[in-house]
Amino acid sequence: MQVELKGITKRFGPVVANRDVTLSVKGGEVLGLLGENGAGKSTLMNVLCGLYAQDEGEIIIDGDPVSFGGPGAAIAAGIGMVHQHFMLVPVFTVAENVVLGVEPTGRLDRLDLASARAKVTEIGEKYGLHVDPDEVIENLPVGVQQRVEIIKVLFRSADLVILDEPTAVLTPQEVEEFFGIVRSLRDAGKAIIFITHKLGEITEIADRISVLRAGEIVGEADPKTARLEDLAQMMVGRPVSFDVDKPPLEAGAPILAVQDLVVLREDDAVAVDRVSLTVRSGEIVGLAGVQGNGQTELIEALTGLRMPAAGTITYQGADITRATVRVRHRMGIAHIPEDRQRSGMIGAFTVAENMVLDTYYDDRFSRGPQIIWPKVHEQAAISATEFDVRTPSVFLRAGHLSGGNQQKLVVARELSRETKLVIAAQPTRGLDVGSVEYIHRRLVEARQEGDGVLIMSSELDEILALSDRILVMFKGRIVAEFDATAAAFDKSAIGLAMAGGAGAEVAA
Amino acid sequence: MTANPMTAVARVKTGHERRARYTGGVLVLLALFVVVVFGPGAYGDATFRLSRPGDAVVLGDLVVPAAPFIYVAASLLAFLGARQFLRGGVRWTSLSLGLGLALVVLAFLVWATAGNAFSLTGMLQATMVRAVPIALGGLAGVMCERAGVVNIAIEGMLLAGAFTGALVGSVIGGWGGLLSAVVIGGLFGFILAALVVTYRMDQIIAGVVINLFVLGLTSYVSSQVFSQYRGLNNAPVFRSWKVPLLGDIPVIGPMLFNQNLFVYGALALVALATYYLFHTRSGLRARAVGEHPRAADTLGINVYRIRYLHVTMGGMVAGFGGAWFTLGSVGRFDEDMTGGRGFIGLAAMIFGRWHPVGALGAALVFGFADSLQQKLALLGTGVPSEFLAMSPYIATIIVVAGLVGRARPPAADGKAYVKE
Amino acid sequence: MTTQGTLDAASRALLKRAAPGRAAFEDLVVVPVFAVIVALVLGALTMLATDVDLPTIGRSYVALLVGAVGSLNAISETLTAAIPLVLAGLGLALGFRAGLFNIGAEGQLLMGGIAAVIVGFSLPGLPFALLMPLCLLAGALVGALYASIAGWLRAATGAHEVISTIMLNLISYRLLDYILRLPTVQLSGRADPISKPVPLNAALPRLLDWIDPNLRLHAGVFLMLAAVAVVYWLLFRTKLGFEFRASGENPDAARYAGIRAGWVIVLAMAIAGALAGLAGASQVLGVLGRATPGFSAGIGFDAIAVALLGRSHPVGVLLAGLLFGALEAGGRQMQVDAGVSIDLIGIIQALIIVFIAAPLLVRAIFPWGFRRHGSEENRP
Repeated sequence: MQVELKGITKRFGPVVANRDVTLSVKGGEVLGLLGENGAGKSTLMNVLCGLYAQDEGEIIIDGDPVSFGGPGAAIAAGIGMVHQHFMLVPVFTVAENVVLGVEPTGRLDRLDLASARAKVTEIGEKYGLHVDPDEVIENLPVGVQQRVEIIKVLFRSADLVILDEPTAVLTPQEVEEFFGIVRSLRDAGKAIIFITHKLGEITEIADRISVLRAGEIVGEADPKTARLEDLAQMMVGRPVSFDVDKPPLEAGAPILAVQDLVVLREDDAVAVDRVSLTVRSGEIVGLAGVQGNGQTELIEALTGLRMPAAGTITYQGADITRATVRVRHRMGIAHIPEDRQRSGMIGAFTVAENMVLDTYYDDRFSRGPQIIWPKVHEQAAISATEFDVRTPSVFLRAGHLSGGNQQKLVVARELSRETKLVIAAQPTRGLDVGSVEYIHRRLVEARQEGDGVLIMSSELDEILALSDRILVMFKGRIVAEFDATAAAFDKSAIGLAMAGGAGAEVAA
Repeated sequence: MTANPMTAVARVKTGHERRARYTGGVLVLLALFVVVVFGPGAYGDATFRLSRPGDAVVLGDLVVPAAPFIYVAASLLAFLGARQFLRGGVRWTSLSLGLGLALVVLAFLVWATAGNAFSLTGMLQATMVRAVPIALGGLAGVMCERAGVVNIAIEGMLLAGAFTGALVGSVIGGWGGLLSAVVIGGLFGFILAALVVTYRMDQIIAGVVINLFVLGLTSYVSSQVFSQYRGLNNAPVFRSWKVPLLGDIPVIGPMLFNQNLFVYGALALVALATYYLFHTRSGLRARAVGEHPRAADTLGINVYRIRYLHVTMGGMVAGFGGAWFTLGSVGRFDEDMTGGRGFIGLAAMIFGRWHPVGALGAALVFGFADSLQQKLALLGTGVPSEFLAMSPYIATIIVVAGLVGRARPPAADGKAYVKE
Repeated sequence: MTTQGTLDAASRALLKRAAPGRAAFEDLVVVPVFAVIVALVLGALTMLATDVDLPTIGRSYVALLVGAVGSLNAISETLTAAIPLVLAGLGLALGFRAGLFNIGAEGQLLMGGIAAVIVGFSLPGLPFALLMPLCLLAGALVGALYASIAGWLRAATGAHEVISTIMLNLISYRLLDYILRLPTVQLSGRADPISKPVPLNAALPRLLDWIDPNLRLHAGVFLMLAAVAVVYWLLFRTKLGFEFRASGENPDAARYAGIRAGWVIVLAMAIAGALAGLAGASQVLGVLGRATPGFSAGIGFDAIAVALLGRSHPVGVLLAGLLFGALEAGGRQMQVDAGVSIDLIGIIQALIIVFIAAPLLVRAIFPWGFRRHGSEENRP
């Protein structure tokens, strides 16, 4: 199979997401599509798999131009995509998810799940994708869910498999295993498009590399000869260094001390199991782990959003285990939430209103029951300038800002007040390189001013770059601790610990 | 991720355990309530008739001595409550609560009937009849919400069905009336789908508006037209039809097998909907749309079409249920005659955990409360009739408050899906 | 870490406000105007369908207009009808802003109204300056308490307020029937449920009876205007209003910002109930003089429409309430002059909300009334 994109342009209103993109891939090869967040990779692939209609250009399969009326047509043409955010129905079983849309049926439209199960097992054996067809998706770890996604694509006999940022949720060891699967697919004659912004991965797995920047193809490269620096420059458009400049550690007194903390989820399952940790003044502690191992619940407990079932949280000597969110804010704990759109800001509110979302009650901004808006607007303007939030006016709705500027808005709000402890969850997820650099610099500055900083991220590279100390969470427990004072971190040991493996014993 | 066994930590109080304790406390309080309120007034025997004159199989009356029964019920309640409170058994919570409430209802029945006689068979039959519009309303809700559309407009669809049934039934006869009621219900379902799917109106607002519109339209026509042409509001009624043999089973025979078309229809639709939703390809796709529309979309499933289809089907079910009010009962339409049954149907759907059979079960509970209220008004218990009339509504609030959080609605329920 | 900044030129530039765009104009003016027109046209079609001839339809719309604004009496009637609609509508609007879809104004209004009546006839000895405010207060308080039940249920158990407020409405009808038959409340010598009358020193005084004793406009109109101002201040100028709006727009973000969701829900419901209770009180104290079953006459439901039409903005609610008051007053005239049932007004009102709440629908019907927006809203 040979798939070509010729001159694809896709616009959203006045914004051009893809401009005149041309690329091709054929059976038995892995095309690496490199580009930073917001470069238009996902949009391009959504055009290819029929979710969006292109404004200009054509898609050519084996020499014939095709036009997809919808995803169904693309699937029929042999194109399958594994989305960055999995497209699985959480309450359905593996087999139900795999057959959805192409269900085998008997008489009276009756579902034939038996043959679906058999097919799942058969595909699993052929490509080494083992998974129990009767397991319900929401009970499966993300790594296994990804296998289900691939089985789903293969079940539809796709010849072109698109993988959109597939390694974001995996541990380093799982990434290796995943690359094995990708190679076996390639060797079986499938064409593969591998989308990522990670330079190390693309040079390892791709046979050819195309680089997308600001919606346009800016170059191609040979993974065997390309230098990482050149690829990075091509991707971002200027020389970049992914190392964070960080003066040596001068840790002070403990700011946050957590002792034997137990946190339950809504269904009473234990999410955080007897966790103890300390964050000291002037240090950055990284919280690593595969998504869904209790990091989110731990942070919710630390910030007062979820009451712990047992254990204590001590902040600057005071017991805050049962303190409210508001009390913790006032005591100088800053929280950059995991999901800015859902919980970090209010899209329908103005930039100014968002700037005071958790400080509007402060004496600076209010008198009696009233909010003094002119003061709010003034402070918002100052913070926006100071933190490089690019907006034409503080009266603009925050929802209209780009992702990077939204996140900078959240960071500006949290760091422009008196803080002693900064808790940042996924502080740079989905952001462009410029915003990532800026936010990293701000977090290091907070550290330099003597704040304790706790960072949770599913991007191991981010944790490695920023942290003075790394804690690894697995199944609700802290299974390993790594210290950077002696030498650089051992990435593979951390990866093992994230998977609950031998690394758990290496704990320093 | 599954729960980890906790070995070394001090025992943690989980939410379930708290709820178990709370349930225990409630049960003990109920025991007290039964003793204090029902105890003193219980004299004589309560007689429950199990057969009616002329039944093929005649059973004797069930005679219960009132006072002993009430005290036994109270001590059972107290025992259940104390056990729950002290042991805090998580697994028993729901069962104990269900058992406890049943005991309270029985004690109440015995107290109200004490020194009197009362036909149990008749009440069960009435329960079924009164459950029909609620069950069909709930089923309409299940069809819509499984596909991800909240349907607050069931009340209006019932009303539209009732109105159409009466109007068309009067002109061309019962079957025609029934058919048009179904069609009109489906039409309002289609309108709701158009408003929320195509025009992305807030689902709750759209539902409320349809209710207001139907109420306005039917009231307008009935005061503008029916008052002048009374013949347009006088439809034939579907009589009950006894299934041979099965209808003669004592106690439950009349309830299940000696009823009119609407009861049989409701039972058949519940069975059909269960098969459809959980065992067919179309049902799987509908549920996928209700849980994760984007996933369904990426697999080439037309989310919009499925939502249109199921909301329309839900409307048709509600239209059928609405016809019960006129063609299945009095043959005449009155303003606002559905009296909130559609909303009780929604509660039944939640109570029944978005499952057709569950909704039917919940509807039977409401139907029981409803018919109980009627019977008790006749027995003259001294409880003001207004309070008895409130009981189904209070029950609805309790059910909705008590079950939310434990029952899980479809994940995309109530959310507009915007195709990119 | 702290940041001390100053207002330099770059920051000052951010304080510019953009002029209201065409989109805002379309949203606030064009859509409502079209909505009313379409609703009236569809109302005429409904009349045609029910065998009303064209001249009668013409006469009924003329009567509608005359009855709404055609005379001093009409204007007085319009304002009188608008008072409870605006009061209850303000409460609902406040709830909508806080993310609560309160359908229960009808029940809150009934409970508030009966409370005001009971306080009124129970304390006939008090002077006007004390008794009248006391009656209003009782109405507001009981309305607030009744609404708080639904608020508390939502906050404590998650029970959706739509279902619980609807049930509370149904319960309130029965409760009112029961109360009206209590010997202490029922008018002596009557068999039907009707309350004792409100004494004169508890009533809201009529404002225009010096011109013509039939003009019913009462002092509640000042209450209405004051409520508009207070709700505006509360929503947009206070900390509490900020918390309401934040919780309504994004409950998650509000929780993360330390705003207590349960508190906001209960309080917003209570204030909404207080306003509905005031609406009920002003209706019995200013217009009806006593309570009877169903004295609310659907005002609580019409108020939902008023709040939606007014875009949950206090000034919008005032305008929408005036429009609905006009429809109400005109509708009565229409029934008298043209013999068309006033229930037609219900249809027109429902249609107006449909078109208001689904602006995409109006745009589809009147594509020429709007500037092309392109597909910018569809950005991923």
